[in-house]
Amino acid sequence: MIPEYFSYTDSFLHRADPRLKIVAAVSITVVIAMSRSYITGLCGLVLSFFLVGFARLDIGVVARRLLAVNIFTAFLWLTLPLTYGGETMEFLGFMTISREGVAVAALITLKANCIVLAFLALMSTSPVSSLGHALGQLGLPEKLCLLLLFSYRYIAVISQEFQRLSRAARIRGFTPKTNVHTYRTYAYLFAMTLVNSWNRSHRVQQAMMLRCFNGRFYTLHPERLTAVECVVFGVIMTGVFIMAFWEFWKLQG
Amino acid sequence: MMEYEAPLVEVQNVTFSYQGRKHPIFEEMNFSLEREKIGLIGPNGSGKTTLFHIIMGLLVPRKGAVLFKGNTVHDEKGFQELRKSIGLLFQDADDQLFSPTVLEDVAFGPLNLGFSPEEAREISRQTLSNLGLSNFEPRITHNLSGGEKKLVSLATILAMKPELLLLDEPTNNLDQETRFRLIDILNNLDLSYAIISHDWDFLEKTTREVYAIEKGAVTQCERACLHEHHHAHLYGDHPHHHED
Repeated sequence: MIPEYFSYTDSFLHRADPRLKIVAAVSITVVIAMSRSYITGLCGLVLSFFLVGFARLDIGVVARRLLAVNIFTAFLWLTLPLTYGGETMEFLGFMTISREGVAVAALITLKANCIVLAFLALMSTSPVSSLGHALGQLGLPEKLCLLLLFSYRYIAVISQEFQRLSRAARIRGFTPKTNVHTYRTYAYLFAMTLVNSWNRSHRVQQAMMLRCFNGRFYTLHPERLTAVECVVFGVIMTGVFIMAFWEFWKLQG
Repeated sequence: MMEYEAPLVEVQNVTFSYQGRKHPIFEEMNFSLEREKIGLIGPNGSGKTTLFHIIMGLLVPRKGAVLFKGNTVHDEKGFQELRKSIGLLFQDADDQLFSPTVLEDVAFGPLNLGFSPEEAREISRQTLSNLGLSNFEPRITHNLSGGEKKLVSLATILAMKPELLLLDEPTNNLDQETRFRLIDILNNLDLSYAIISHDWDFLEKTTREVYAIEKGAVTQCERACLHEHHHAHLYGDHPHHHED
């Protein structure tokens, strides 16, 4: 099962139209990811923190998610200052590191945290199902939306099926070791999971046909925008445009 | 004027075999379902589920035909019409519930039948509330318990307002409470149905007649045939004696 920690609580952002949230999250991500200045990054971080506060997310869980991201950026901090080249500076008195390397690592860390926070506040506050429908309404091809929705629905069932098989192997004394028998057993388990999933998908398709499915999904949630949502997301998007404009202007100048 | 009313659905001279098997499951088999409440019983592999799947057009027999309201169903289009009037409850509810939330899943059928989202929502609410599942609407389908999944998948079919229900081993893996609830629901339905089950007691409580499928033929069972059974009493709290 996929725990959707953040989608159960309630706030303005939770109730907001998922289409607006997707558009805002994608715009913030694009602008921040393309930016080259700290000022844009810092503005983005402020915006993201504001959104996280607005969504009233559990700070503890947010911190844990950020920790996961920063394990990746930690590797950049370990490598970039030593390998980036360019102007060097002394470090701890006995070695020299690249000044630009440090700057790039800092910028990447800033951007990564900013984007993750924005996504936590905007995307994880909607259940996957409504994101799926919203993506469809935004013009994503129907097949991709269905792939998302069905993966979400059945990934837990497939994982249960695999666990059932591996339990069956374990109770007959199977302990994984580094040998051919283990590899072969795992290959069998994966293959059987694949076969079972294939059969299940066939049965699901039959169930859909029996309920008169004709290839088109109809949604039960025709979303309607409220005036407050439009204003709030208007303000957010204006902020994003200003950041984009600033970046563009700096690039020109 | 037509004096005689054709059975709702009928299979005529059907021969069916699975690929790679020597002997056909059915050979020149005939069976018809009237507007009634019946049970079907038979050993594993006798073709009970296969029969239901042939009726619904999920499996195509080698020979013979399926008749719906007296007319032969020729193609997929014909079966699409048939499926609007006949609902099939699968053995495994996980196969039947594919939408993220209960309300969306129940509304899936009505939406396909061309109802507007508002109408579909209303029909689904009504169906769920008739089954005593009103508070289930926003629940996520894969978080339901096995019994809840079974009841919700029954709701998904009832929402399409069928004339006939086919239930494939509905009491498999159900606890006592859900089983009793299902018996109660079925007895209060103003609807014809056919139930496949190994659960004699369940069939006795929900159907008027029981048929046996064996060796590719359907025969009617005696209603109150004498039988021997083993039984246990829940928690031993039900003192009673057996009369001779």
